[in-house]
Amino acid sequence: MPILLCRVDDRLIHGQVVVGWGAQTGLDYIAVVDDKLVQSEWEQDLYRAGLAESIEGRFLSVAEAVEWIPSLAQNTERGFILTRDIATMRQLAEQGILADIEINLGGLHDAPGRHRVLPYLFLSAEDRRELERLRRVHPSVTAQDVPSARKVELDELLESRSG
Amino acid sequence: MSEDVRGILVGHGKLAEGLLDAVEGIIGSREGLIPLDNADLTPEALEVRLLELVGKGPAVVFVDLPSGSCAFAARRIRAHHPRIAVVCGVNLPLVLDFAFHRTLPIEEILERLRTHVGVSIEYSTDADSSVPGR
Repeated sequence: MPILLCRVDDRLIHGQVVVGWGAQTGLDYIAVVDDKLVQSEWEQDLYRAGLAESIEGRFLSVAEAVEWIPSLAQNTERGFILTRDIATMRQLAEQGILADIEINLGGLHDAPGRHRVLPYLFLSAEDRRELERLRRVHPSVTAQDVPSARKVELDELLESRSG
Repeated sequence: MSEDVRGILVGHGKLAEGLLDAVEGIIGSREGLIPLDNADLTPEALEVRLLELVGKGPAVVFVDLPSGSCAFAARRIRAHHPRIAVVCGVNLPLVLDFAFHRTLPIEEILERLRTHVGVSIEYSTDADSSVPGR
């Protein structure tokens, strides 16, 4: 099951993901798991318009992803799984379908109620609660925006009140 | 009489401001050109900021990466507003051509950008012996 990156990033498909993480990996697909986006064909087309022809953009609801991700064990496609928030990734992790995959916190940007923890990671109280829930079902969670950056462990993130 | 077309440059890091700095250094003006960088902005905030700059159009939004957050924000706006163009792969010749012709109708500007401003790649496996060296 070559899921090369399992990432929480509110920008979903964007430069760091496609170029920073994807350029050297020979990606077959980028899968976005998002219950809202899966209902909007035009937004899906918008994201697909930014991908190279060799990379398929897939858009799934949480329920669809729970069915689909285990089936990846049967094929050799290489891809990324993205969610825009921690809660969605936590819902996937709770199903036990991301075992042995490190969850990457790649970008949650400034918004009302959020506080800076890292230059690319701003967390609200609810984000922190979600991270605690996520940790209980999936202990392997780190923050890292680009491959060359230092990987920050979840304990360190949660100890930091602001950056 | 056509309206002047706004040019908005949206890029990663300091690319947009850097390109405008170069434009100003070459032609002495950055009139009609507005930079916006995407640092620390959520996708929603970037879209709101870009929409403010685009106004009622007409406007050409120059972005760097086709797969970047800047391009997606611009495409979202274009999907809902007429007379907004999105140009991916911005470079200095593109912006200079726009700066010189932004009083033309937007359709003519876009045709110029499509046909007049290409990428030049020069390469040879042999040195040209007719060119005196330094």
